[in-house]
Amino acid sequence: MSVLIYIDHTEGQIKKGSLEALSYGAALARKLNTTAEALLLGTVKEELSTLGKYGIAKIHQAADESFNAADAQVIANAVSAAVSASGANVVIFSFNATGVAVAPRLAASLKAGLVAGAVALPETENGFIVKKTVFSGKASAKVKINSAVKIISLNANSFGIHEMGDTTAEINIVDITPTENKVKVLSTELIKGEVPLAEAEIVVSGGRGLKGPENWYLISDLAHELHGAIACSRPVADDGWRPHHEHVGQTGVQVAPNLYIAIGISGAIQHLGGVNRSKTIVVINKDADAPFFKAADYGIVGDAFEVVPKMIEAVKKLKG
Amino acid sequence: MKILVAISKVPDTTAKITFKDGGTKFNEDGVQWIINPYDEWYALVRAVELKEAAADTIIHLVTVGDASSDAILRKVLALGGDEAIRVNAIPGDSFSVASEIAAVAKEGNYDLIFTGKEAIDYNASAVGGMLAELLNLPYVATATKFEISGNTATIVREIEGGEETDEASLPLVVSCAKGMAMQRIPNMRGIIGARSKPLKVVEPTSVESLTEVVGFELPPVKTGVKLVDADNVDELVRLLHEEAKVI
Repeated sequence: MSVLIYIDHTEGQIKKGSLEALSYGAALARKLNTTAEALLLGTVKEELSTLGKYGIAKIHQAADESFNAADAQVIANAVSAAVSASGANVVIFSFNATGVAVAPRLAASLKAGLVAGAVALPETENGFIVKKTVFSGKASAKVKINSAVKIISLNANSFGIHEMGDTTAEINIVDITPTENKVKVLSTELIKGEVPLAEAEIVVSGGRGLKGPENWYLISDLAHELHGAIACSRPVADDGWRPHHEHVGQTGVQVAPNLYIAIGISGAIQHLGGVNRSKTIVVINKDADAPFFKAADYGIVGDAFEVVPKMIEAVKKLKG
Repeated sequence: MKILVAISKVPDTTAKITFKDGGTKFNEDGVQWIINPYDEWYALVRAVELKEAAADTIIHLVTVGDASSDAILRKVLALGGDEAIRVNAIPGDSFSVASEIAAVAKEGNYDLIFTGKEAIDYNASAVGGMLAELLNLPYVATATKFEISGNTATIVREIEGGEETDEASLPLVVSCAKGMAMQRIPNMRGIIGARSKPLKVVEPTSVESLTEVVGFELPPVKTGVKLVDADNVDELVRLLHEEAKVI
């Protein structure tokens, strides 16, 4: 019996979401009086034993380099083999591009109940109950998993990364042969120099109030000063002012940063669903009746074209 | 080519979400039901585009639901699609829904199965992956572009901070996200044509759910916005730094 955390990586780097999953899995293992173990398929640059600082006792590594470009099916088969070998009864993924493809496959093959998009540690006093967002952020549900093996994929920015001390993890090299890779990755294009939206701690988001795509320097300059990610409302993406992957809301990306700054966005119910797990919400809008102010912690009723440049200056001054 | 598109019925995006029976059940009173946007706008419309490009393409639509889902199925038939199949059961969790769709898919021998990226009610993004596993097919999640040439599909999918281009052979399961196609509105010809298209009802295989919802909660209500004067932006930045401690 143990908790097994899947370590997701790209270009030799462990993804930030996986550090959060490691912290979450370790906390769950403490709660269940069991050990937290992790699984790495392929290779990364980091020294794996240092992941002990997140509370991980043991890391199983299947070091076959072909795992670095494996598809969801190959990964799910390998995780399944590791679950059998380690006797894990809870498996943790990040609810990200990998987790969204792998966790359901693993769940179906193991007949294991899956909670996708968890936002808190399970309640274990009366069954195994995991809280997740539903209705695209407009509510949360407590979901009870009734199967012997349980799978959780964790929403980004919902638990945090926690270091427990200077312990090192034991490395256990395992021999898992990759199955046939049926989805071949032809190319990967990462937008360099930008903070990925789903992982960002600060998000600066613009709406129709910006009047046109030529004014987006206001959003990107402020995001740059704050080391945040850029986002937008649905109409802005639909009108082609900004790419679809920046669209935050019910039918776009759901985010939960520490700080969400909404500029020139009125705050339709579909948009609010995508952002209401943000810790602090700032709304800048010249319409004092914009519904977004009701969901905000701080607000300025004013013209974005005057307020945002002043804000950029103020942040510059603060950061010295 | 034979395509199966999985369809889900969800509350309208503008619906006010409330619960009843001590927060254990979704309150359906006054809720308008729509086709899950990802299923309709992207999965179905892309399938219809593929049919427009290759006339021998057959599109089947499948949903798990009781008779109240028939209105939704007529609407998807009006948008395109040759036949709808309703598995006559109240949908359970992702695993039970995927199992029911897998049973239909095995019967139909499809080359391509499209689902939406997620349903906007439970947001699990799980049915497509589970379906692929149950059918032992490759799966590409959150696709934003899909092209086909012969038996080979080229698919662009979203990843953290960018996108990835994949190649896979049919048969294949793909979950569809924004970018795949442009939303369409059914025309009169489609609506009239849909009336005579077959809507088959099949009995469920009754695979049990592995999970159950035991309660719902609404997000905490904000206590009130702290307004800062537009001439005093420095004060906002000070509050974010010293009070909220987020910058």
